[in-house]
Amino acid sequence: MISSVLAIDWSNYWQQSIFRVLGAAIFVILGAGTFVIAFLFKMMSYMQSRLGPMEAGPHGTLQLLAEVGKWLQKEDLIPSRADRTLFKLAPYIVMASTFLVVVVMPFGPDAYFINVDTGIYLALALASLSVIGIIVAGWASASKYSLLGALRAAGQLIAYELPMVLAVVGVVIQAGTLNLQGIVAAQHQGEIFGWGGIGNPFILTQLVGFVVFLIATQAELAQPPFDMPVAESELVTGYMTEYSGMRFLLFFIAEFASAAVFAALAATLFLGGWAIPGVDLDDNVMNVVGPLVLFVKMMLVGALIFWARFTFPRFREDQLQAFAWKALIPLALVNILATMVLKVAF
Amino acid sequence: MARPPRSFPLKGLFIGLKRTAIIFMQTMFPKRGIKTVLPAPTIGAHTVQYPYKSPPEVPVTRARGVIALKSENCTVCMLCARSCPDWCIYIEGHKTKAPPRRPGGKERTVSALDRFDIDYSLCMYCGICVEVCPFDALFWSPEFEYSETRLADLLHDEARLNEWFETVPEFEPYEAGSTAKVRKVPR
Repeated sequence: MISSVLAIDWSNYWQQSIFRVLGAAIFVILGAGTFVIAFLFKMMSYMQSRLGPMEAGPHGTLQLLAEVGKWLQKEDLIPSRADRTLFKLAPYIVMASTFLVVVVMPFGPDAYFINVDTGIYLALALASLSVIGIIVAGWASASKYSLLGALRAAGQLIAYELPMVLAVVGVVIQAGTLNLQGIVAAQHQGEIFGWGGIGNPFILTQLVGFVVFLIATQAELAQPPFDMPVAESELVTGYMTEYSGMRFLLFFIAEFASAAVFAALAATLFLGGWAIPGVDLDDNVMNVVGPLVLFVKMMLVGALIFWARFTFPRFREDQLQAFAWKALIPLALVNILATMVLKVAF
Repeated sequence: MARPPRSFPLKGLFIGLKRTAIIFMQTMFPKRGIKTVLPAPTIGAHTVQYPYKSPPEVPVTRARGVIALKSENCTVCMLCARSCPDWCIYIEGHKTKAPPRRPGGKERTVSALDRFDIDYSLCMYCGICVEVCPFDALFWSPEFEYSETRLADLLHDEARLNEWFETVPEFEPYEAGSTAKVRKVPR
């Protein structure tokens, strides 16, 4: 699907650019929308023995459209003491970091936006851009709630960036490449003690890394139990306090889109990405099936993330930092060490 | 205080995850037998889809639904109207003569109620009027189904407020051993 369009020699920079922007927008909006409806609206409700939205569309499936319509109608408020330029810019920085991560995501053998050798490195680097947008939002709002929320977010995101990267290093060592396509191929062609029936999804060997990655993802998304930056009982909504209407919607989309993107990233790194375990199909078929397979795996990882989100209460600020520096990072380092030793041994 | 026996670390986390998963499955798949595989959250969830299905009939104690008036007890003292934080009670009255209590006595001067309106579009359901009424004329009723399409229709006049009085439930019994004077709803 994507490949057949990509395979054509457009020889036109702008056509390709527009196509890529559209593709990324579709992924971001579809991913964020599915996550909001499936997990935030429905799974959360069922876990609390509620029904959730039921009016718009069958079982409330169109609720999100109604909400977006509502947000778009709202007045776009800017505090009088705010730094207007930065205030307007901040949501777009957060949004851009989410969009850029999609760019390196492989959806099939030829279905990708760009295929760089340092794929996962680029993805993590781009994902950490969002913290700049958050600090900008907090500073430009000229509100103490926003500033405190932004500082908390900065401390948390930097603290949890580290275990996330370290968890990925284990995968990189095992796959022997930073390229996301290479990581997918390494899992698909891998063997478990000489048996290659289902390849070797790295979740089997890198279970510790997977768990650390998911926990760090949770913290990166600033969602419960790591939602100190937006702790509503203390900080209203942290760095989003002064935002309303369209700009709040951008933050909201960015939050759930990055949830989708991180889930897809985890699926690529640990669950074998677009490849179906043990099934070898033609490249042209995989270009169509691959995105769907990745989507299913993304939903699985997303269900795990949101399951934890809806179960646990919030960490205290010091517990949150202690957990990152005293538990996750040593765990990830031990995981890297073990992976290194085993990699050399086998 | 005895500390709980040491279990393996993070056990509580897994108990919590298990709990939410169980509730999720109970809500999603409440049916038994062959129909187990069919998701039916509308049956499983505790939620009652109110406008379509009426809620179960449970006595709602101390519910602040609507304020009911017993006109006979009202002396037009205006305490409620003056204590109302958002001035949603409108009272008008006039002095009149009532027959003497005992034969041969003097005619009494009483206040007659001309108008008693509560504007529920303003009312914030604080209940101060009910608390402040010294003559047992105002009561809380648990009824809540009086929404209107026109804002002005939320102004309930005396007759309507008297109708609400039919729905006032008995006061809750006091705790055992209470020496306070038991109040009753003047039917």
